[in-house]
Amino acid sequence: MRFIYSYLKKYRGMIAAAMTIKSIAALGELMLPYVLEHMVDDVVPRKSGALLFGWGAVMILLAVFVRQANVRANRLSAKVAKEGIYEIRRDLFWKSLGLSGNQVDEFGLPSLNSRMTSDSYNVQNFIRSFQAMGVRAPILLIGGIAITLTMDVGLASVLCILAPVMVGLVVWVSWKGIPLYEKVQQCVDDIVRIMRENITGIRVVKALSKEDYEMRRFGAANEEMARKDIKAGIVMALPGPLMTFVLNVGLTIVVVVGAVRVDGGLTKPGVILAFLTYFNMISMGVMGLNRVFMMMSKANASADRIAAVVHAPDELVPLPEAEAAVTEREDYIVFDHVGFNYGRSQKEASVDQFDGQGRQKSLDDIDFSMKKGGTLGIIGATGCGKTTIINLLMRFYDADEGAVFIDGKDVRTYDKDALHRMFGVVFQNDVIFADSLKENIAFGRDVSPEQMDAAAADARARDFIREYEDTYEHKAVVRGANLSGGQRQRVLIARALAAAPEILILDDSSSALDYKTDAALRKAIREHHGDTTTIIVAQRISSIMSLDDIIVLEEGRIIGHGTHEELMESCPMYQEIHRIQMGA
Amino acid sequence: MASRETVRKKPKDTRGTLLRLLRYVGEYKWLLVLIIALCFVSNFLALLGPSMAGSAINAASAGPGKVNFDQVYYYAKRMLFCYVCASVVTICINMMMMCISKWIARKMRGDVFRKLMRLPVGYFDRNQAGDIISRVSYDVDVVSTCIATDVVQILTSIVTVTGSLAMMIYIAPTMSLMVLVTIPAAVIYTARMRGITQPRYSKRSKNYGIMNGFVEEMFSGQKTIMAYAYEDRVSERFDTINQNAAEAYYDAEYYGVTMGPSVNFISNLGLCLIAMFGSFLYMLGNITLGQISSFVLYSRKFSGPINEIANITNELYSALAAAERVFGLLDEEEELADRETAEELAHVEGNVGLEHVYFGYDKGHTIIHDLNLETKAGKMVAIVGPTGAGKTTIINLLMRFYDVDSGRVLVEGREIRDYTRGSLRGAYAMVLQDTWVFKGTIFENIAYGREGATMEEVVAAAKAAYIHPFIMRLPQGYDTVISEDGGNISKGQKQLLTIARAMLYDAKMLILDEATSNVDTSTERKIQKAMRELMKDKTCFVIAHRLSTIRHADHILVVDRGDIVEQGNHESLMERKGFYYKLYAAQFE
Repeated sequence: MRFIYSYLKKYRGMIAAAMTIKSIAALGELMLPYVLEHMVDDVVPRKSGALLFGWGAVMILLAVFVRQANVRANRLSAKVAKEGIYEIRRDLFWKSLGLSGNQVDEFGLPSLNSRMTSDSYNVQNFIRSFQAMGVRAPILLIGGIAITLTMDVGLASVLCILAPVMVGLVVWVSWKGIPLYEKVQQCVDDIVRIMRENITGIRVVKALSKEDYEMRRFGAANEEMARKDIKAGIVMALPGPLMTFVLNVGLTIVVVVGAVRVDGGLTKPGVILAFLTYFNMISMGVMGLNRVFMMMSKANASADRIAAVVHAPDELVPLPEAEAAVTEREDYIVFDHVGFNYGRSQKEASVDQFDGQGRQKSLDDIDFSMKKGGTLGIIGATGCGKTTIINLLMRFYDADEGAVFIDGKDVRTYDKDALHRMFGVVFQNDVIFADSLKENIAFGRDVSPEQMDAAAADARARDFIREYEDTYEHKAVVRGANLSGGQRQRVLIARALAAAPEILILDDSSSALDYKTDAALRKAIREHHGDTTTIIVAQRISSIMSLDDIIVLEEGRIIGHGTHEELMESCPMYQEIHRIQMGA
Repeated sequence: MASRETVRKKPKDTRGTLLRLLRYVGEYKWLLVLIIALCFVSNFLALLGPSMAGSAINAASAGPGKVNFDQVYYYAKRMLFCYVCASVVTICINMMMMCISKWIARKMRGDVFRKLMRLPVGYFDRNQAGDIISRVSYDVDVVSTCIATDVVQILTSIVTVTGSLAMMIYIAPTMSLMVLVTIPAAVIYTARMRGITQPRYSKRSKNYGIMNGFVEEMFSGQKTIMAYAYEDRVSERFDTINQNAAEAYYDAEYYGVTMGPSVNFISNLGLCLIAMFGSFLYMLGNITLGQISSFVLYSRKFSGPINEIANITNELYSALAAAERVFGLLDEEEELADRETAEELAHVEGNVGLEHVYFGYDKGHTIIHDLNLETKAGKMVAIVGPTGAGKTTIINLLMRFYDVDSGRVLVEGREIRDYTRGSLRGAYAMVLQDTWVFKGTIFENIAYGREGATMEEVVAAAKAAYIHPFIMRLPQGYDTVISEDGGNISKGQKQLLTIARAMLYDAKMLILDEATSNVDTSTERKIQKAMRELMKDKTCFVIAHRLSTIRHADHILVVDRGDIVEQGNHESLMERKGFYYKLYAAQFE
């Protein structure tokens, strides 16, 4: 709640206005039965038709006023909701873009997405309705009781006993019901998961004739869902009729007690009539409170989820020089005995022993350096830590042990953007955005048409781009689905080359290219980007064998380091890879 | 989600869909009849209440000392009775209706899933998973909610409105004329407002859709955006989108929020008119105080249903549209049934043949022309070619995921359509490029192909696939739960699991479609021996990028743009110096 409040602070004036108008409107509505009572009990005995219609007109005016005021207040609150949610979404989006790798792992992409969409939607609804319902319901409830108290204390006491019963009912149901709905949601997740599994694995399911088995599996989940759903539904279906029940019992008591009091001369018959109307209003107030309650718990959960992201610490702030590591080595890029593990929680539990073995680190004692303009190839098994080296070099994560240096400075001391501007990079499974090829290549940087064309030529992308009628203006769809795998990779490489980066990183980014194109690409990089310090991560030995220096990784450790020729002499693993791939 | 509540899709075949939906509901027709009857009872009782209250007040209105208590108690008791019974009956109705709706939802979900299991593989190639799933997770939900609430709501509204109207006319015909003002006012107003708000609400949904899409796209490229310091540009674009969404929201709400107060106003207006004319008639002595009070209570009952008119028609339409989507899926063409004469493929040796096979995914677009192939048991057939050349198509035909357009596919000398699908497919083990694991323990995932496999067998398979040491390093070993998105294990490891699954399955024929594409070369080296073991004595169909892995194949099919351009063994193909030769040579450039 505090999170939402912090965004609404500057709209205090508008909120106050909306709530005041709403309160006045609610009070006006409360006056209506009062006027009715006045007409029946005081005006009628005077036998004046004109006076009666005069009061009638007053009543109608009051009703018109109530409507106008309500509309006005609602519009104000919609405006507050609009402004507030715009800012919340803006901050959330900005913050999400700047999360460190560790933080993204912790939140998870689907969750970041849903915080941005459904959670912000819940909060918006809450901001809007809270200003209306939050005032109207209590006023109807308390005001109704207050007015009835002034009319007839004896009769009102009936209400005073019943109102807490109703409130209690509401609280109990929402307290009971919400956890039940959470369980239903889990069932929905299960059902969706099983469906997704079957859709993606339909060939396997059919090949193994597991259709019946899968139907049983789904049937069980379906049954469970229906059971939980009904259970939650029963609890949630109760408050409406129960409330009506309590209300109607109250009505009967009012009539009886009223009759006794009329008989005793303590009250007038018109009062009973007005009471019946107030009863309706009070019950509306209780129902409204119920809604506010439900909405609040939902919005609260959503606001917490949004706040968790917005208030996440900035992990990628530059480290002060004083705390940074220093190195004696003069090379351009230096990895100084770097050790690293993913996931904070795992780090704390790193003493855990599995099967008698200590847990392996993602990177262990990685130590190498590169000259400016040098080229480095990294090769090794899946999950051996190749991409992790890139992640540390670009500071998506911080090393646990040792330090990474670029140009003699600890990478943690660089400003994030300044650091990243030195790079041209293609990640594994990198993304093409739904935009023109031009924008995908230039990517917000000042890239002249000539530079772009040259980069596209080097990346072997120029030919196919020129085949489009609109060449660089050609639109890619989401994830570049209208390009083939090879075309995507070539556009991505053009993006990396376009701004003449100081450091070029290609992480397994030519896998969809055939050998011939791959070779031409390497030649172009060698000839046109000779000054660029280049790191190529690959599975194919042919992609890296001509580079100055090659690292062979296994399970987070360097097991071979040298040129192709040296490794062919010294590294058995490298020889083996070579033998298999080259069929020698 | 935003789009859920406001997107209003018009159903195309309203009548047909409604009838079909009624068939689902019809299963509970006796329960429904009971509910309708109860609905009348409860509303009738609830309607009697105000009249009893009026009579009681009448009895009490005589003034101090003159109240007829016998009458007051008489009517109060009846009033209480009516209300209590009405509430109890209403609770029963709600619960029954809710159960029915959930049962229908369960039935629909079950039907959809059963249907999915019977659809040909082609359906899944053509349709997005998200779209199929939303029919179960969202559309069914919409239908069931509509049945649970709207049906009762409509019944109640009809009974309440007609009943209240009747009672009002009965109590004071002159005064009920005021209904002539309020009801048309409410109907005209809501209809007019809908014209104004509807396009704005759909514009709002559209803007939310754009925003959601943008956010999803950008978040998936978060790392890239950060790497290129592209955040500012992206944020600028988001700002516009965000602004548009906020404006569209405000624009819709600006008019939308007048609805509640206005309908409320109309109801209050009714109260004013009653107060005015009621008091006037009361003054003239044409009417009693009790009648006014009953009238007030009845007129209040009106406002609820009027308020709901707009909502309910909206919901009904969206429920029908949702039902139509569900039925659309249920109407998809199923896999052809096995021929009546189809037999179980029992003794498989592994002789496979293709004779003059023609095939195309789309009608009129043949991509395989006159393919002939003959392979004996235990031989290895390799299919090579550039990405997207149609290698997987041949596998689709062998396993009868698709049927040939003409020609024949033979196993053990008989057309595969003479065998039951289950037994034909069961004769193949396969490892595919798109590794597939489901949420379950590692044990369950490996044993998936063979029900009743023992732990020893599973461990043996895992050891043969070189995944055993990795499994033992997991917190719960073979009982570790992995999931579809497989966050806790890598792609390569997933592929090793599927290889272990195939090892355990042990069929006579084997399909390897880029089986080791995600396993890097140094791991591949480890499992090569195991793969050889797996392939021993089996007829193998192997698709591979890396030509070195298939050099020893007995027969190599070279595919380009859907056509078989060359076939033969490695040596003969190299001698031809054709397409295969070029592919092979490119590796060493």
